Amino acid sequence: MSDLPKKAKIVVIGAGIVGNSLVYHLAKHGWKNIVLLDKGPLPNPGGSTGHASNFIFPVDHSKEMTMITLDSVRQYKELGVFTESGGIEVARTDERMEELRRRMASAKAWGVEAKLITPDEVEELVPYLDKSVIKGGFYTPSVGVVDSLRAGTLMREYALEQGALQVFPNTEIEDLVVKNGKIKAVKTNRGTIKAKYVMIATGCWSPKLAEMAGATIPLTPAVHQMISVGPLALLEQTSSEIEYPIVRDMDTFCYERQNGNDMEVGSYAHRPILMDAKEIPSIEESAMSPTELPFTEDDFEPQLEQALELMPEILGDEKAGIRHAINGLLSLTPDGAPIIGETVEVKNLWSVAAIWIKEAPGFAKAAVEWFTHGASEIDIHGTDVARFYDYGRSTHHINARTSEAFNKTYGIVHPREQYASNRNVRVSPFYIREVELGAEFFETAGWERPQWYNSNAKLLDEYKDKVQERPHEWDARWWSPIINAEHLAMRDHVAMVDLTAFAQFDVEGPGVVAYIEKMAVNKMDVPVGQGVYTPILNPHGGFKSDLTILRLAKNKYRIITGGSDGGRDKKWFKDNLPKDGSVSFTDLTSAICTVGLWGPHARDVLQAVTANNVSNEAFPYGTVQNLIINGLPVTAFRISYVGELGWELSTNMEHGLKLWDTLWAAGQKFGIVPVGIGVYGTTGRLEKGYRLMGHELEGEYTPVEAGLDRRLVKKANFIGKKAYLKAREAGPTAVLCTLTVDDHTSASGIKRYMNGGEPIVTPDGQRIVDGKGRPSYVTSAGAGPSVGKHLLLAYLPTELAQEGTQLAVEYMTELYPVTVAVAGSRPLFDPDNERMKA
Amino acid sequence: MDILVCVKRVPTTGAKIVLTEDARAIETRNLGFTVSPHEECAVEEAVQLVEKHGGNVTVLTLGGSEATQQLRDAMAVGADKGILLETDGSEWEPMATANAIVNAIKTAENPFDLLLFGNEAADSGGYQVGIRVAHALDLPCVTGVKALEIHGDTATAKREAGGGFEIYELPLPAVVTVKEGINLPRYPSVPGRLRAKKKPLATSTPEKMGGGLEMVRLVTPPEQSKSAEVLGEGTAVVPKIIELLRELKFVG
Repeated sequence: MSDLPKKAKIVVIGAGIVGNSLVYHLAKHGWKNIVLLDKGPLPNPGGSTGHASNFIFPVDHSKEMTMITLDSVRQYKELGVFTESGGIEVARTDERMEELRRRMASAKAWGVEAKLITPDEVEELVPYLDKSVIKGGFYTPSVGVVDSLRAGTLMREYALEQGALQVFPNTEIEDLVVKNGKIKAVKTNRGTIKAKYVMIATGCWSPKLAEMAGATIPLTPAVHQMISVGPLALLEQTSSEIEYPIVRDMDTFCYERQNGNDMEVGSYAHRPILMDAKEIPSIEESAMSPTELPFTEDDFEPQLEQALELMPEILGDEKAGIRHAINGLLSLTPDGAPIIGETVEVKNLWSVAAIWIKEAPGFAKAAVEWFTHGASEIDIHGTDVARFYDYGRSTHHINARTSEAFNKTYGIVHPREQYASNRNVRVSPFYIREVELGAEFFETAGWERPQWYNSNAKLLDEYKDKVQERPHEWDARWWSPIINAEHLAMRDHVAMVDLTAFAQFDVEGPGVVAYIEKMAVNKMDVPVGQGVYTPILNPHGGFKSDLTILRLAKNKYRIITGGSDGGRDKKWFKDNLPKDGSVSFTDLTSAICTVGLWGPHARDVLQAVTANNVSNEAFPYGTVQNLIINGLPVTAFRISYVGELGWELSTNMEHGLKLWDTLWAAGQKFGIVPVGIGVYGTTGRLEKGYRLMGHELEGEYTPVEAGLDRRLVKKANFIGKKAYLKAREAGPTAVLCTLTVDDHTSASGIKRYMNGGEPIVTPDGQRIVDGKGRPSYVTSAGAGPSVGKHLLLAYLPTELAQEGTQLAVEYMTELYPVTVAVAGSRPLFDPDNERMKA
Repeated sequence: MDILVCVKRVPTTGAKIVLTEDARAIETRNLGFTVSPHEECAVEEAVQLVEKHGGNVTVLTLGGSEATQQLRDAMAVGADKGILLETDGSEWEPMATANAIVNAIKTAENPFDLLLFGNEAADSGGYQVGIRVAHALDLPCVTGVKALEIHGDTATAKREAGGGFEIYELPLPAVVTVKEGINLPRYPSVPGRLRAKKKPLATSTPEKMGGGLEMVRLVTPPEQSKSAEVLGEGTAVVPKIIELLRELKFVG
């Protein structure tokens, strides 16, 4: 075996499907001097790739996941390691059938051929399945299996052929050397390699590797049980590895997949069995492989019975034995998404982890694009390692959330569904008042935020004609008509909204103007006291974020962004600070609380509690001022995300409760109502057509398409400017539109209300795709109580983005007529913003 | 015929053995559990004999409550019932083990026609329990058996001996300890696995007899270093292979 090199440009640790895909794409992107290390032998070093069941079902409700999976399939096909078998998700319950109808919408939205089939049709495809236990199936012909070990070998060989790579198996990593916050070297049992960049692609070992560098990759190894039963006479008659479609028995959280003469049965139904990455046995100490742990029979017993029930003919064969049974390790994360990107703690140290076979080549490609160019073609911001806050990286949180989510792997998860575990980790100073008011709390980035207040139930009578009723349980799940009533009360009187979940950063110093201009699309060198809403772009001109920046002083700005974006935005702003130290960065998120005061009476309430003049002349729209409210120092910013006159009022955490009580008391005679995020994030926002990062805004769409470009482009240079100018010149390929649902009545006569994610189609149900191949789908959905319509936001190809165009939305396999109400960013409610500027 | 098979729960080997800190046991945190290959064959042999001649297979073990798993494993491949002589899970030396088994046999509902053991346990390798049980019950005993046939009241047992075979005839009841290779044990089927859960299992707590062997500590032998070397690829490597075979004296 040759000696380890002394130096490398990039060291990739882990030669599973992820590490191999990484070196392949790095080589394709022209990187040289790459070293791939693994402590195990090749081609199967003993990680999760080696025991994976290797099948791919492309359809997921998440667009990002589906797009990445489809890209992975394309790559596997190119490598010649993909075998199409078809796959069927079968339903044993009516509730699951409804979920399969929802999957049809996702399949249509993301462009995957699929159909709902009857039990008879399922049996025709899978003759050994007992159709009497199922109600139907969701059939995806393009499901298949891959040879992931072969794929890895081919990808490694490609990089070797390019002269870009050296590979060293059987090489144990002993330490990762960090200096001044940057990765410097990889220490192994065979010597040390100095490296400019290191990528951790070690799956369930990743937390252990990250810890060597003082970094974190918040995932946990967890057991997935799998058995293999054979030889089965029926399967012996087939000539290939897989001839029958793979069956996912969704309601028992199991799958059955032919593998040669055997049937593999895998389960996500057993109790969550988590492990510490440091406890995974060594290769020497493992009877099979480190990630194939001894099978724990008792955990599998119920699944065995259910599998037998579904496939009695073959699994009931007395001559067929359970020849192989493992507790296989895989990686789980607190929110279920992979963990990709440069670690928050150590520069040039990347995580590419918690990735399954079905996604690996696609995520590796996107990660390499991001690593190389600063952005990827398919937006993967949902996987950014920087999305976690400190509490979210703790073992406590990881274990709580993964234990809760494990059995949801095949579960029916509502788009608004909340986690129950490890709650109340971040609460605002208003929390105790919110509890008293009967708040229904939803969580964002650990923050408990009232979604609506049960104390507002009394408003339902007052607004009963204008409040949506959602007769179908699914549409009404994790929702309340109170949200609509709160909305209307806000528009009539005045509301208080807890906005403490905002992430707020101050940047300050002599270099700050140049710095902030570089970061933002819109002009930042504005008068002190001015606030600016602006897109933040990646180098490709796609959205990195959208946020508000306040100029607090000549050399001081405050950046205010959403709680779910705070982690990523913090890293982005910090990474781009000038090297000369001329700008300091302070994270004030945990020091400041904020309450939104909005509604026609907002000024009356505010003027009642401050001696400062808050008239329109003295305190114009879009500006920020320091006020004294009941003796408390408050930073007031006159802005609104809900389209009303009002302010975001921020003060120190410890003053928060008094600020709340002061406003509450003064607001009584103006009919003040506590209003939840259901209004702030959905109904109020949608009536105003305001865009939300991760929904309307993402890396794949430009500010021009989102309708956030301005008439003029500032002189100063900024990140993404070149691409932005190009996008302006080219004009939009798609335009973000607000659509109204014209008729909610389903075939069964029940009114249905879309939740988001559904495809927008032609009136006769044809899929709509723009000139760049991007599908039209609902990015946000919700009521517009003041406009009397259910509102949908969606990007439409320019030719369809005409006000008045009649289209349809597909929901649970039925079509509902919709009309383009607004093409572009003009608000549907109060289009001239008279209320906000009053 | 009624056959009793005795098995012992042992850690699955096949990997580097790690000892606990006090060196009195194997560290089993990451290990699965099984019975020795000889005992797997003993269970299979009993099941096959009963399939042929009719009767019942009872599987017995002495161990902690977790040893139930090994009884269920045996029942999944065809044993009809189980007996657990429940201990605190610590290691019992051969005399005490044999004594407990003898007491269980004496108090069993029905007498057994045949008592099958594995030739030796996979962990302690004492080679004694079967012989001690035979001695205590005054039964004939053959060890290391690689083939077994039953004709009426007689068992014919065959075992390897210095290049040939020894063939014994034993009047039943008798004790036979079998060796891996006597048969090819089956895998449990899915229905078999599910049936095993419902089969009868009797538990009793045996008295531990004093005396016998005492374990001081375990020592792992020095590791034998293994290494693989790739000699090359294609026909160019042939001379190297010949040279190596000469060196190892496989060819002259």
